[in-house]
Amino acid sequence: MSTQVLGLDGRLPTGQMRIEEMRMVGIVKRFPGVLANDHVDFDVRAGEIHALLGENGAGKTTLMRQLYGLYRPDAGKILINGVEQHFNSPQDAIRAGIGMIHQHFMLVPSLTVVENVALGLKSSRGILLDLDRVEKRVRELSEQYGLKVDPKAYVWQLAVGEQQRVEILKALYRGAALLILDEPTAVLTPQEVEDLFRTLRQMARDGHALIFISHKLHEVLAISDRVTVLRDGRVVGTRPTHETNKSELAQMMVGRPVILQYERPPAQLGEVRLAIENLVVGGDRGHDAVRNVSLEVHAGEIVGLAGVSGNGQRELAEALAGLRPVKSGRILLCGKDITHEPPGARIALGQSYIPEERLRDGTIKQFSVADNLILEDHHKPPFSRKIFLDFNAIREISERLVREYNVKTPSVDTPVKNLSGGNIQKLILARELSRRPKVLIASQPTRGVDIGATEYIHQRLLEQRQAGTAILLISEDLDEIRALSDRIAVIYEGEIVGIVDGPSATAEQLGLMMAGVREGGQHHLEKIRL
Amino acid sequence: MPQRSEIKRMLNQVFEAILPILAVPVALIIGALILLLLRANPGVAFTALVQGAVGSTFSVTQTLVKATPLLLVGLGITIAFRGGVINIGGEGQIIVGALSATALALSFSQWPGAILLPLCLLVGTLSGALWGAVPGVLKARLGVNEILSTIMMNAIALQLSNYLLRGPMIDPAEIEAGTRIAQSALLPRQAWLPRLVPQTLLHAGSILALVMAVLVYIFLWRTTIGYRIRAVGLNAQAARYAGIPVPVYQALAITLGGAFAGLAGAVEVMGVQRRMLEGLSGGYGFSGIVAALFGNLHPLGTIPASVLFGGLLVGADKMQRAVQVPSAFVDTLMGLIVLFVVSSRIWAVRRARRRETYE
Ligand SMILES: Nc1ncnc2c1ncn2[C@@H]1O[C@H](COP(=O)(O)OP(=O)(O)OP(=O)(O)O)[C@@H](O)[C@H]1O
Ligand SMILES: [Mg+2]
Repeated sequence: MSTQVLGLDGRLPTGQMRIEEMRMVGIVKRFPGVLANDHVDFDVRAGEIHALLGENGAGKTTLMRQLYGLYRPDAGKILINGVEQHFNSPQDAIRAGIGMIHQHFMLVPSLTVVENVALGLKSSRGILLDLDRVEKRVRELSEQYGLKVDPKAYVWQLAVGEQQRVEILKALYRGAALLILDEPTAVLTPQEVEDLFRTLRQMARDGHALIFISHKLHEVLAISDRVTVLRDGRVVGTRPTHETNKSELAQMMVGRPVILQYERPPAQLGEVRLAIENLVVGGDRGHDAVRNVSLEVHAGEIVGLAGVSGNGQRELAEALAGLRPVKSGRILLCGKDITHEPPGARIALGQSYIPEERLRDGTIKQFSVADNLILEDHHKPPFSRKIFLDFNAIREISERLVREYNVKTPSVDTPVKNLSGGNIQKLILARELSRRPKVLIASQPTRGVDIGATEYIHQRLLEQRQAGTAILLISEDLDEIRALSDRIAVIYEGEIVGIVDGPSATAEQLGLMMAGVREGGQHHLEKIRL
Repeated sequence: MPQRSEIKRMLNQVFEAILPILAVPVALIIGALILLLLRANPGVAFTALVQGAVGSTFSVTQTLVKATPLLLVGLGITIAFRGGVINIGGEGQIIVGALSATALALSFSQWPGAILLPLCLLVGTLSGALWGAVPGVLKARLGVNEILSTIMMNAIALQLSNYLLRGPMIDPAEIEAGTRIAQSALLPRQAWLPRLVPQTLLHAGSILALVMAVLVYIFLWRTTIGYRIRAVGLNAQAARYAGIPVPVYQALAITLGGAFAGLAGAVEVMGVQRRMLEGLSGGYGFSGIVAALFGNLHPLGTIPASVLFGGLLVGADKMQRAVQVPSAFVDTLMGLIVLFVVSSRIWAVRRARRRETYE
């Protein structure tokens, strides 16, 4: 491992020239109604991991998109090894040695890993693809950086974590000396995060320059050498990581102290609102993804569904929403059998749903904020009379919701695609909670959401619990599950391995159950890490 | 400094907006080169084109006459496209709309105009809707691709028309005269759409089409049904999550598309030809798609787009006669315009996206 020769000739082990120093100076980027970057200075050096922190909408992604040639800065300079660069497209940035891992992967599912890597590359054999050579190189790179993935597998067969490794391999193959990772950990399991960190450390040791974006402070503290915090498009400060701590960073981000501790009065249990009985749901690959699950959620309680990603949570949530057929078993909503009812019927009965894929499933991104806020109830008063939409009412209510839920947007007419990820989540929350739901199913409600907003969303969920809503919280974030749930059900390979009392559950106990060890059962699996 | 970037952004936006319009002269220049190759004088040709389209009162009215079915079909195409479905079945829908309006008018030729005329328009519309509903339901129920099924429906309509106009619906006068031209008898007078300008073909259907454009705008942007159609067209998955029955609205979108093409057929029969004849659909089912796209899939944008293409259709006739180029050249010119407009639009969108798109 350590025999790796450091590139004294200025080259990385991948053969690419190192980027000794990348500097962004005085970057300004404005969008209609938003100053997304306001004279931002940012730099990263070879061998360093520089974390970029900031609330949702602080301008992190915008800054990185300029570095990757996706946007042109309104003002400011980008210098690589002291030479000013003008990127007109990502191709220019890639040529300069910059790679970017977007939060939404850009792979072609019907192609193999190797084909995806080769996509859009010049081949040594002219128009014929030289896939064998690409494959050889992919194997080398994956060996070198511990990026385990089968080069011949089709991308659709891969789990999210593996797809991300393919993205990194793709960037390395194209000769990235500087790699931007925009919220790479949001979709990863804790184990996958560790694997990723090992890869990143190795890359840094080899002389790559890395930029790492995350909302999770403990990750930033664990992986980075320096941290820069953005707020409202401006740099609040840059700190060496070993000289700072969680609370200072949180304070810098939000501008006030953040406490992720909640008042949680004892649950006032009401009647059973959501009853799941012996539910079996098929998965995408022909197997049973949900196997014989039974679960009840009462009015006024939060039931957390914990589990490592890919253990049937998504399929269960989709079945509850009415989007995935049920093979056997029943779902009762407020006492009514809705097992085979379409989504509309469930919504009409008072069920709200916060989907995991918020951009794809939760919003129509070309629609305005206001139009998205009425997605479910547009056909009812006050949003419409007979078949005519009532624009005054829609505007008035939307403006109130945007204010109430702190959605950062220039106006309610702004298309949702222009909002930052966390603000889209707040918008969905505003829509779903303002309907005063009887049952709320929340899938990963704070994924990719900044700590201020996370705190806010948690408060809202607890308020909703007080108001008597039955809440099923599906989350891979154990801290979140433990902070909010009255009871915690753990799902493993499609089965509920146990239901434990929320406040008294320990991380260790839950961790074991998430690995498939039944409650009180024997320690028959190898040790697992969290 | 900030102001400068605002101005630059505005200039960029203006440029991207007029790019598709700039595409027309570019296409014309290429057309001129082709004319040179054909040893025709482009100056003479284009003068004839413009004169043919807008050179006299009569030619202006002719342009509007042609624009009318384009607009009606284009409105239907707009609704379908907004709902995320592609309706290639305009031709067939026009034909059944025209056939049924004709059949009704001829069967009840004693009825007063106040009843017969609106009824004929309505029946034409409904038949077109039916012709759209079949592919719509096939798509909703069985997932049949609407492009294929609407094309099949075109073939069915065409054969139906061939049969009816040679058999049951043929003008008795044609049999007597022994000429046997495949066309129906003249409609009763009270089923004719009134002419707006004497000595021209301009008829009340043009006003109807304009009113419809406004109604479609209101429908798509002011009503809950229009909202749903647009939601389904933009993101079917999210619409499904929100409880909107996606297949129902896709079927509805294509049915409404058919309704407008059917109306176009009825209007063409009652306003221009006053009898059903072969070739009445005149390719409007396809050129209406172009007009809709050129109008940015917006009902109001489709109005000028239809007039433009109506003018091209009329002017091209005159040009062809003036410089004696093969009629294929006119199609080529149309094709060039479409090609340039569509690709310039794609280019403009890409440009805008590169400049500031998010996600
Ligand atoms: N194409 C765009 N058009 C208009 N506004 C935009 C566009 N892209 C970003 N914005 C706005 O710029 C601001 C910064 O957005 P950006 O995506 O950079 O935030 P972020 O720090 O990455 O947030 P998050 O943590 O939620 O991903 C936001 O207010 C956002 O709404
Ligand atoms: Mg971002």
